[in-house]
Amino acid sequence: MSQTTDAQQAEADTPAVLTQLRGRSGRGFGRGKPTVRRKRPTLKASLFSYLFLLPVAVLFVAPFAWLISASFQPVSTIFQNPPTWLPDNPTLGGYQGFLDVGELTKAERGRGSGDWKWFANSAIITITVVVLQTFFNALCAYCFAKRKFPGRDIIFLVFLGTMMVPGMVLLIPNYIIIQHIPFMGGNDWLGNGGSGLLNNYAGLILPQVVTAFGIFLLRQYMLSIPDQLLEAARIDGASEFRIFWSVVLPLCTPALAANAIFSFQAVWEDFFWPLVVMSDPDKYTVPVGLALFVVQNRTSWNLLFAGSVIATLPMILVFLLLQRHFVQGIALTGVKG
Amino acid sequence: MATVSAPVGERPKRDVRRPKRQGLFHRMWRERSAYLFIAPGIIIFTAFTFAAFAFAIYLTFHRWSIIEPDKPYVGTANYEDALQDERFGQAIFNTVYFTGGTVLFTMAIGLLLALLLNQPLRGRGLLRTAYYLPVITPFVVAAILWKWLYNGDFGLFNYYLLKGHIIDEPLLWLSSKTLAMPAVMLMTIWAGVGFSMVVYLAGLQAIPEELYESAKMDGAGTLARLWYITIPMLRPSTLFLLVLGIVGSLQVFTQIFVMTSGGPVNRTTTMVYYMYLWGFKYYDMGYASTLAIALFVMLLAFTALQLRLIRQADR
Repeated sequence: MSQTTDAQQAEADTPAVLTQLRGRSGRGFGRGKPTVRRKRPTLKASLFSYLFLLPVAVLFVAPFAWLISASFQPVSTIFQNPPTWLPDNPTLGGYQGFLDVGELTKAERGRGSGDWKWFANSAIITITVVVLQTFFNALCAYCFAKRKFPGRDIIFLVFLGTMMVPGMVLLIPNYIIIQHIPFMGGNDWLGNGGSGLLNNYAGLILPQVVTAFGIFLLRQYMLSIPDQLLEAARIDGASEFRIFWSVVLPLCTPALAANAIFSFQAVWEDFFWPLVVMSDPDKYTVPVGLALFVVQNRTSWNLLFAGSVIATLPMILVFLLLQRHFVQGIALTGVKG
Repeated sequence: MATVSAPVGERPKRDVRRPKRQGLFHRMWRERSAYLFIAPGIIIFTAFTFAAFAFAIYLTFHRWSIIEPDKPYVGTANYEDALQDERFGQAIFNTVYFTGGTVLFTMAIGLLLALLLNQPLRGRGLLRTAYYLPVITPFVVAAILWKWLYNGDFGLFNYYLLKGHIIDEPLLWLSSKTLAMPAVMLMTIWAGVGFSMVVYLAGLQAIPEELYESAKMDGAGTLARLWYITIPMLRPSTLFLLVLGIVGSLQVFTQIFVMTSGGPVNRTTTMVYYMYLWGFKYYDMGYASTLAIALFVMLLAFTALQLRLIRQADR
């Protein structure tokens, strides 16, 4: 394949959305894209719109308002009719109880463990996956977009094919595979005898360090990087990894951000996989801890609500900080037509 | 000296940009770093997708218990069991019921919100964020929160519905045979509408304004413009949401686990929840895997059907 066909392909593959996005930098989530200035709707039309929009907005926000209020209440006022929206004596009891996970596990196992445990588990796992996944996805994407090697297109198709198999179908076999990783968790070289990477951060992280979707997203973006740039670096004697690291990566920050945001979201709220992999309450992630807590029908709803707020905060924080990339990310993937 | 004086132009110039044809192994060796770079991808996908899928099929022909040492070959017994399993039939029904309801309403409400918010209204940025809030909430949190809202004695729903005299006595949302599934569906719709809205908004903004201008000049009313311009132009967004929604909803698990645990009397047991029960409560990985493969076949069938419908509509 010569350079021109590659460039043409890039032109064809790059969705209109991308060019559109490049032209609208600096706009926040709330603003949209009024390239054509539209006149304000008539008073009647906007009144009619608000008549629908506002009540729906209240329905959407009210549960959160309740959640935040309830997280500062003691159990006694949570279990009360009518519901208390503004607590008279706000308390941090729920938060303290949740972060000192010992209180939850003590009853089960007779001993407590360190503070912030579930939160720390979630943070470690999420950060590791986001960093590794963005890096390895980009590395693969770079090869598929910019390198010419025998078998490239077939391997790329095979990678994309993994998206056809939904995650839930692979859950059972992956559980057993993780259990039988050789030399880990007391296993022999055939992978028998021990528990493998079950109940281990590594077991949770490993299957998620590459995603076909992320590779696809990044490759599409990288196709639009001109080959001449890479050639220039190659002539200057840069190694292939150096070209990837110093030339390609800085040029695709929007796509990297999109990948990082998607993986952050997915891993932070991931539920099923950590639920089955982690069996030790000390190793639960926040969602697993919360869910098992609620399923076991305990009555400490104040801890639950506090934990829920804590679980939601990082998502909202990332959203607020990276709003623009959020919308770009959805646009990058969503409206390819 | 005579040999050197040959005219330069006649000497065949080597094209620097195109190296001469080399052997396959030579080219592979020259690009060895590329293979090294994609090696992590190859290893992970091989182990956790391809080997895993093959292993899943292998499991379906065995009685594979985690706690028992021998895992005998049982032929198609697992498949025969699945065909006669009434609870599994119920799970399929529940899953399809859930998928139909949530996907349809999530997309319809998302479209409606997007259409209204596409007007230059005051405060629409704030409204958009409000509708998007549930999307950025972890699913487990949303499920926990709604479980409380549905609480029979202290839940906000019962309190305000009673107060507004819409119902006469408290409803037992999640423990009622008829209400449990719709209640879970309502929560799922609430959590998903924001995403549909954002995708539709992006689609709406890509529609050229001129189309509307010329339609207006031809005397098309608001509804006609909506029906003949907006909806057809949003087709890519609609298809994207439909495929994503159906594939996601057929695999519903989290909200079932948190809110109902499959009850009451299996009324909210979905396919993936049923698979979870067999795999991690009854420890029968063989049968659980059979259920997973059944889910896979169903997903394939739905996707194929959708692609077919799309192709028909394109004609």
